Amino acid sequence: MDNKNGTRTFLQGSEACVEAALIAGCRFFAGYPISPANEIAEHMAAHLPKVGGIFLQMEDELASIGAVVGASWCGVKAMTATSGPGFSLMQETIGWAFMTETPCVIVDVQRVGPGTGQATKCAQGDVMQARWGTHGDYTAVSLCPNSVQEVFELTIRAFNLAEKYRTPVTLLTDETTVHLREHLVIPPLESIEIVNRKKPKAGEQVFFGLESVAPMPSIGEGFNVAVTGSTHDEKGVRFTADPVTHRRMIEAINNKIRKNLDDIVQVESYNIEDCKVGIVAYGITSRAIYEAVEEAEKRGVKVGYVRLKTLWPFPEKPVQKLAENSEKIIVPEMNLGQIVNEVKRVAGYTEVVPLNKIGGGELITPEEILEKILKETK
Amino acid sequence: MRMGERTFSTTNYLRPGLRFPFCPGCGLYALSDAFLRAVFELGYDDFRKFCFVSGIGCSSWIPSPYYLADSVHTLHGRSIPVATSIKLLRPDLHVVVFGGDGDVVGIGMGHFVHAARRNTDILVIMGNNMIYGMTGGQVAPTTPLKTRTTTTPYGSFEHPLDAAKLAAVAGANYSARWTTAHQKELRECFKKALQMDGFRFVEVVTQCPTAYGRRAGFKNVGEMLKWFKENAVPVAEAEKMGKGELESKIVVGEFIQRRRLTLVESVYAVLREAQKNA
Ligand SMILES: Cc1ncc(C[n+]2csc(CCOP(=O)(O)OP(=O)(O)O)c2C)c(N)n1
Ligand code: SF4
Repeated sequence: MDNKNGTRTFLQGSEACVEAALIAGCRFFAGYPISPANEIAEHMAAHLPKVGGIFLQMEDELASIGAVVGASWCGVKAMTATSGPGFSLMQETIGWAFMTETPCVIVDVQRVGPGTGQATKCAQGDVMQARWGTHGDYTAVSLCPNSVQEVFELTIRAFNLAEKYRTPVTLLTDETTVHLREHLVIPPLESIEIVNRKKPKAGEQVFFGLESVAPMPSIGEGFNVAVTGSTHDEKGVRFTADPVTHRRMIEAINNKIRKNLDDIVQVESYNIEDCKVGIVAYGITSRAIYEAVEEAEKRGVKVGYVRLKTLWPFPEKPVQKLAENSEKIIVPEMNLGQIVNEVKRVAGYTEVVPLNKIGGGELITPEEILEKILKETK
Repeated sequence: MRMGERTFSTTNYLRPGLRFPFCPGCGLYALSDAFLRAVFELGYDDFRKFCFVSGIGCSSWIPSPYYLADSVHTLHGRSIPVATSIKLLRPDLHVVVFGGDGDVVGIGMGHFVHAARRNTDILVIMGNNMIYGMTGGQVAPTTPLKTRTTTTPYGSFEHPLDAAKLAAVAGANYSARWTTAHQKELRECFKKALQMDGFRFVEVVTQCPTAYGRRAGFKNVGEMLKWFKENAVPVAEAEKMGKGELESKIVVGEFIQRRRLTLVESVYAVLREAQKNA
């Protein structure tokens, strides 16, 4: 791509995701057909081989995410894309990726659930699954775009964070966002920051469990690396009963995320220093808040908002600030209340009011948010 | 280097300071020994050209972390998809999967059949102890009819699976079965399989005195090995026998050996094609 001054295009969210993944250096994709994530796999199947990357359609989602982790251990940036039911099937392996500190990107295009739900309709029901979907103690990283431009930016960021912190990263998007067609500006390639994992030097033997993020060898480089999802020491040797080894390992792989929140957490905020009512929103739903805020202000209600670009780890600080400076916080979500509980957790005495809508892919509209603002400030 | 100058020693292949954790008399010692000797006899003095992938279970512990090699210890049943991407991205390496019968053809069955269908260029070595060993002796898809296990206290009431035959039918380039009582044949079989491409499956019927032997009524390991030896029937002979006659037999030998287009060949053909037109 020749884009010295950047390229302005018009793309679907799914295309922007693939374009970004390729720019980020993704060279392996494995997936299993599922609406509404199919377009991502289809674009990958077409474009990945052209840049020397491998695309595989596997027999199921368990195989897809497994192949992704295997690819990452060959030193190749790898990704999969799925939706609710497939995301559920992947959870055990996502936990394995946390435990083995494997960088990889999982795109979850949310649709209506539970069960098969409404396969082609937009929802935001996988928020807690992205955080707590697999068993055990871990700190999930999830990014949540609200436009085609942001799908592009956050896909690259997902790869960068995965590589930097050696951890799986979920791009938690939704049916509407990946099917949107919008203008996208692809910046000059040399201006895009691309992060690659830290590699060990010859002779190094510590590959796991460092808060500072251990260097990651690849298969076939002569390091004799032992990768295991069982509790292991810094060299990868299993210790399936020793409490000390387990605590040390788990604390390290959690702390490498938790001690770097300033680097990982991103929000867009407005008026959080001083407003009457606040809004916390994310993903497709957050597109409705701009108009609602404008209309509320015309009616003399001062509104602030925090839009969560990083969903996990939860952006506590900006939400806390919003809570300190507002009387109420409204949390619109296309589920029956998920992030609202995180907001309540950090909001202190500020009242937190949910605004929920599910089913049929019907989005929460600016009018509905405005109405809620006016009602709550009456 | 002439063959005569080399002497086999497991130390070249095992991670220093660690010891296999298997029960006394477990067949997995012999399984690993046959494999290491095959590797040695093929001229490899170390595992630089190998990558091992395994699932969860006693058999899966053979390479991880005991082999001085790159080893990926995956989840229960998930070794084959992980091995698939590794082989595609590192076609220069021997990618060898170790797993138990529960791992490979119980929970991992879908991947097994599809890897054989794709003719994925990996060698899968399945330690078939006819039981879930690590979890303490529950019935497995390979447990012979009427066998008492912890979850079939009245005897197993399901038909066992013929994994070696299944691999052959599903599309593998190579599929064979031997037992730990056939060390020489096993070693030759590993050597042959390691020199082939495509999906290769070696099923090793192995004794688990702890979780299988005791309950199935064997007094000691020797009795189990004797059972393997006496009930082993070569493939060619088995073809002439009736179904009823075969019920308590272990069919050994090669079930298929062929040269079918492999996954590595197909995937790299696609890559060349796509890049030509790019
Ligand atoms: C998803 C999942 N289910 C169940 C288990 C528990 N589990 C551990 S090992 C094992 C079976 C082992 O049997 P097999 O694969 O035949 O290997 P063996 O120990 O007999 O060599 C099971 C069921 C697990 N680890 N993961
Ligand atoms: S339980 Fe059985 S298979 Fe496992 S180590 Fe002991 S004897 Fe071997």
